[in-house]
This record gives sequence, C-alpha cells and structure tokens, in this order.
Amino acid sequence: MAALQITKDFATLRANDHIDFAIRPGEIHALLGENGAGKSTLVKILYGALQPTSGELRWKGKAVTIPNPAAARRLGIGMVFQHFSLFDALTVAENIALALDSAHRLAALRERITRVSAEYGLPLHADSIVADLSVGERQRVEIVRCLLQEPQLIIMDEPTSVLTPQEADDLFVTLKRLAAEGCSVLYISHRLEEVRTLCHHATVLRHGKVVAECDPQKETAARLASLMVGAELRELSAPQPVSASAPVRLSLKNLSMPKPHPFAVALDRVSIDVRGGEIVSIAGVAGNGQDELFDALSGEARADRADAIAIDGVPCGRRGVNARRRMNAAFVPEERLGHGAVPRFRLSQNVILTRHATGDGLVRSGTVNTAASRAIANRVSTTFDVRKGSPDPEASALSGGNLQKFVVGRELDRKPGVLVVCQPTWGVDAGAATTIRQALIDLAEAGSAVLVISQDLDEILEISDRVAVISQGRLSVPHDAHGITREGIGLLMGGARAH
Amino acid sequence: MALLSPLLAIGLTVVAGFIIFALIGVAPLEALYVYFIEPLTQSWSLQDLVVKATPIILIAVGLSVCYQSNSWNIGAEGQLAVGAIFGSALPIYFPAWHGPTILPLMLILGAVGGMAYGAIPALLKTRFGANEILTSLMLVYVAQLVLDWFARGPWRDPAGHNFPDSRAFDDGQLLPVILGDSIKLNVVFMLIAVVAVWFLIRKTITGFQIATLGQAPRAGAFAGFSQARMTLFTFLISGGLAGLAGICEVAGPIEKLRISVSPGYGFTAIIVAFLGRLNPIGILFAGFLLALSYLGGEGAQVALGVSEQITRVFQGMLLFFVLACDTLIFYRIRLVRRPAHQASLRTAEAPHGNA
Repeated sequence: MAALQITKDFATLRANDHIDFAIRPGEIHALLGENGAGKSTLVKILYGALQPTSGELRWKGKAVTIPNPAAARRLGIGMVFQHFSLFDALTVAENIALALDSAHRLAALRERITRVSAEYGLPLHADSIVADLSVGERQRVEIVRCLLQEPQLIIMDEPTSVLTPQEADDLFVTLKRLAAEGCSVLYISHRLEEVRTLCHHATVLRHGKVVAECDPQKETAARLASLMVGAELRELSAPQPVSASAPVRLSLKNLSMPKPHPFAVALDRVSIDVRGGEIVSIAGVAGNGQDELFDALSGEARADRADAIAIDGVPCGRRGVNARRRMNAAFVPEERLGHGAVPRFRLSQNVILTRHATGDGLVRSGTVNTAASRAIANRVSTTFDVRKGSPDPEASALSGGNLQKFVVGRELDRKPGVLVVCQPTWGVDAGAATTIRQALIDLAEAGSAVLVISQDLDEILEISDRVAVISQGRLSVPHDAHGITREGIGLLMGGARAH
Repeated sequence: MALLSPLLAIGLTVVAGFIIFALIGVAPLEALYVYFIEPLTQSWSLQDLVVKATPIILIAVGLSVCYQSNSWNIGAEGQLAVGAIFGSALPIYFPAWHGPTILPLMLILGAVGGMAYGAIPALLKTRFGANEILTSLMLVYVAQLVLDWFARGPWRDPAGHNFPDSRAFDDGQLLPVILGDSIKLNVVFMLIAVVAVWFLIRKTITGFQIATLGQAPRAGAFAGFSQARMTLFTFLISGGLAGLAGICEVAGPIEKLRISVSPGYGFTAIIVAFLGRLNPIGILFAGFLLALSYLGGEGAQVALGVSEQITRVFQGMLLFFVLACDTLIFYRIRLVRRPAHQASLRTAEAPHGNA
C-alpha cells in the first residue's frame, strides 16, 4: 500500500502534511511518533475511517478511495485498535461475530476463535463476557478478531503494551510468520527496542510531517527517540539507594480478598512493605489480580481485617477511599476515562473527584468552590505540561498522554506520602512517559512510598528499587530490581513462583 | 443542541396531530387551534394552565434528580397517591382542627408519605438488587388501590350520599388562593423546588455526586461516593416532591380525598423531565406545555367531540418524538445493501450447497 502526498486538515490544524509512505508485501513497517504527531490520523485514513483532504492512496499499485472501514476490510486491510471497540455485555465470540462483515454460525466461529487464538499464542475463551476481561485479554480479542479476517495488511496500534515478554515474543513469531506469508504489518509502538528487533522499516512522524525514514535495525533506540521528539530525551535520574532504616509507609499483611465476581481473581495472602523513598513495582500479566489489588489498596473494596493494610503504621483495611486519602495516600487507577476521570467532566470538575474530601478547600458548607478547583487544574496543567485546546476542556477531549499526565499530576500535586499507581504510562508517548516516570522518582526521593502496578517491564526496570510479581492473585517475594533481568521477571510473570 | 431535540419533537407532534385530526375527519387546523391556542386566550384557562402545570413540574424536578444519578423512579404517580393519603389523614381524623398548624403538618405528612413510599423501591434495589423501574412502577398500582380502599371504605364521608369521597376539607385545611381565582400556594412550592434543585445540581457537592455516579459509576466509587446511598437519596427527594404534589392536589383544586387524585401527573412528569432535558428551567417550560396538552384535550373533547384519549395520544407522541430525536441526532441510520449480505449468509449457512 502506498500513500502519496496525503494531507488532512481539521479546521485550522493540519494533522497530516503531505505524507509519502509505502509498505511492501511481507514487510513489517514501524510508524513512530509522539502522541499528536499525526499517526492516528494517517492510520485512520489508511483504514477508511477518515478521508484525506488531498492526496492519493494506492493499493497494489492501483489508486483507491477507501470510503469506510468495511471497504478497507474488503480490500484486505485489518486493524487492531489501541482503544478497544468491544461491547462489554457480549461474549468474545459475539463481539467477533459483530465485526465480521458476513454472517457466521456462532458455534463454528467459536471453534475458529479457539483455533486461531491457540495458533497465535493468544489464549482466549470464546464464551467469556468482555466486561470481565482484563485490558490485556481485551487486546487479545481485538488481535484475534483481526486475524480471523485473513487480512493482507494488518495495522497494529501498540499491540504488545500489555503482554509479557514471552507473550510478546510469541506475537512477534506470529507477525514474522504472517510477514513471511506475504502479509504486510504496519506496526505502531512506543517501544523502540521492540521496533528495532521486529521491524524492517520505520517512518517517523513529527508535527504531521515525515521527518525520517530509516532501517530501525541500524539505529539506536536513543536516536529513534530523538527523531520522534525532535530533541534528545531527558535522561531519568538514577534512583537513590534506600536505607533499611527508612520507615515502612505502606504495609500489606496477608491481604486476602474474595473474588468480586466469577471471572475475577481472588487475592491470596498478599504481603509487601514499601518504605519511604522507595519505588516498588508489581509486575504481572493482565488479569492476575492487579485490578483487585488496586481496589483493595485504594479502599474501593474493603478488606475484612483492618490490619491487612497499614498506611504509616495505622491500620486502614476497613476504611474507605477518602479516609485513606486523608491519611495522605493517593491513588491512580489504570483506566483513565471512567475510573480515574469522568469523560464528560471538565478538568476542574475532575479535580474535585479525588480531592473533595482532602482538605483542599474545594467544598465549603456543601457547595463546590469552582475557583479553587480551577486553580488546581491550572497548576497541575502547568507543572505537568498538560496540553489542551481550551482553558478547561472535558477530560475526553484530551489525548491519552495528556490526560494521564493530568490524572497523575492531580495526585502528585497533593504531595502524597503513599502513592499507588496502576499502569502509569500505558499508551502514553515517550515524552509524557518520561515526565511521569521522573515525577514518580522525584516523589520517592522526597520521602514518599511509591507502589507501581505495571505490565511494562522497561518501565519497571527503569524506575524501581524492588520488584515483585503477581500471579493468580498471589504476590512473589520482592527482588532487588538492580539484579534482575527482563527474562527473570518474565519467567516469574509466566507463573513460576519465587519461593 | 440541547434545545434542538425538544423543539423538533414539538414540531413533529403538531404535524402528526394534524394528520391524525385529518384522518378522524376533524378539520385539522381548527382542531389544532382548539387544542393548542384557545386555552391561552382566556384568563380562566390560563389560570387553569398554571394549576395543572404546578404538580407536574413539582414532580418532574424531583425525577430529574433521580434520572441524572442513573436511578429510574417510574412510580411518582404512586408516591403522589400515598402523599395524598398521608396528608389527608389529619383533616379526616380531626375535622374540627382549624389552627395555623394543620396545613403545614398536612404538607409535611404528604411529603413524608411520598418519601416513605419512594424508599421502598430504593431499598429493594440496594438490598436485593431488584430492578427499581419494575418495582416502582408496580407500586403505583398498589398505592392507587390503597387510595381507592380508603376513599370507598374507612374514610368515606358518612353524609356524602354514598359517593366514594371523604368529607370536604374546610378553609383552614386548604391551600390559600394567592393569585386570580384559582392559583394557590403550591405554585410557590413549585418555584422554590425549581430553584432549589437547580442550586443542588449546579452548586453543591451533592449535585456533583449525582452527576458523577450518573455518568461514570466506577469513577464515583473512586471518589468515595456511595451508589446505594445516592439511590436512596434521590428516591427520597423525588418521592417527597411527588408526595407534596399529591397532598397539594387534595388540599388544592380537589378539596377532599377521592378514589383518584391525579389524571396521571406522575407519569406525565416523566415526559416533562426528559422534554426539559433534566434541567429545572427546561422542566418549567416543558411542564406548561404538557399542562396545555391536558387543557387542549378537554377543549377538543367539548368543542370537537373527539375522545378524551386525545390527551394521551399527544403526550405519547411527544415522548416518542423527543426520544427518537435524541437517538437520531446522535446516531445515523445507514441502509445496508441486503443482497450481498444474504449471499454471504447463504454460503456461510449452507456448506453442503451446490457450489
């Protein structure tokens, strides 16, 4: 497929500026760029979801117009989205049946799903309800759904962000096999190492323009990153060693939680201490109890024993989320929209969401102090470089990276003594990820305890002092993060127990 | 955008009304005039408009609080009936009580009755997970039968020639007229409720909770807001206002307890809440429009001899069109080519075909 001089204007904004781009059969082609560089716009044009203002698309040498995604699928173009387009209330098989253009019998489809998912190392139960699946499992549904359509060009938007290294390796094997069979893969990722090992060719976008084309296998990750952001990336400051005498600020003692619903994971005697000044990470494959652990830590789900969780030595297992916030703890959940923020609320209203009960003066005799919440929203936006189109936009109007900076910044602005953060940089561009990770390191250095629940091993190795692995609701003994390799964590994530 | 859908719906209702009148053999233009314009030309009918709009708006602002928090109270008609029963107990058991305290106590009892009755579906939901739409709706019929029993049975006026009515309340037990010949004090309650609900939703942390839990329940839990407590709270508010509307009907235009105290105001209020975009000011306008549909229906019955059901028809069309407009403004209908789909259906469904 080729794109010639593709330009796309949104009112005054030129999202794509005369982009030339070609992908050959059997090629794995990386599309790199920060959030807002125009990757999504270009991909939507290729997939028929947007029409270019000017320029031409060619498919197998012939000029084509792709009026809609169904037409793209008929041509043989499939896409795996970063933001899932799944119906929560339906099963995996039903979701996939909906996306297929022709009618299928569900039984036959279930069989195909099971076969294809096993073949490509993406285990799935065709009858699970999507609402009960973790983020990682939902992504598998998207990938399998795409593969079922036997496409000749697959567009993959951050497909590995929630997979273990082993699972990612399996996916790479799949992709390489697809490429060997002549299928083209357009691969969007923020993980430069991955792009370097997997892709044959890379196109780098910045501010809507193609700024470089290169063979990523001949470039360093640092060089790719600087091409993307247009400047050398700031190095993260190395974490300072934590003295053993630092006080334990967050402590879990044999925390057990029953399954909140049949497809969830029960927590089984989870114990860990996080000292002031320390970043401890919990690695693990999606759906091994991370959501349940976060809910127990935040107080959205309460433990049956008060002493199962202690903040600064005070048992709080039976207390709610606001009581824990008043103990100077702060929480950032994985889902930005719908959990960490209300999509249709303005940023200033989303400030109230987590800070109405923490003595920030946002509520005075029952009424909401809009001026104060707006001041906090502005302060957070300035400190964390949240880029937005209007002074106080709705949360859903922000890009993923900017909203994540806001959601993390909203909590860091309180200078919490204990911070629990889940997937802090999932789906966030390299620049925003660096900002967020540096902020976590700075917070720990100021004496706070930081617990990071993440599936991103690069991130974990980059910022953690210690790392533990969660598997089927049980937590391993934490290891020193400086003496562990990706493969070591990967094996633990795959279910091997550390004891 | 928020206004587009209700205005379109009103326009479409008029057009559909035109067609319906033409089909049943009534001169459509004259009929529409009788229905929508004539009630606005005379002082007495304008006053009647206010009298009818008052309970509808009072109930609808309560329901708007409920609906914004994603709780669905469909049973305002029942809460209205129970409010009427509770409030009527005082003048019926103490007919000689005429002091300044009886009317306020009647109003409070009415509101308490509505709240208590509204609490039932709320508790059934939070305790047992019972669907509040079904329970609140079914409780309407229970309340109406209880009202019927009181009016025919223990509370029937012994001197009332066997009519199923209670004794007529005395002056001190009735709402005073404050404007014209028939506009009574409950108009003030209605206006206060409109302003208070506006303030509650826009300015208070409770309003923030309502919006959060209504739009993103998971974010609501993360903010430490309790869905169960909010369900109870909104049912208490909407039930209380419906109960207040009920006792104000009895102590207002009706002046005694009867087997029926409302021509469906509790259900009409649902239409009003949506037509007014769940916004108190919008509800104020929508309430007058729906009150007009009652008056127009009566006028059409007298002047044109059409069935009184015409009111229901117009109200139903209005709700239908506003919901349809909402849907069609946000979604596009696309016709899909059938043959291609069926061809692929055939190949998929008939593997042993003659291919």
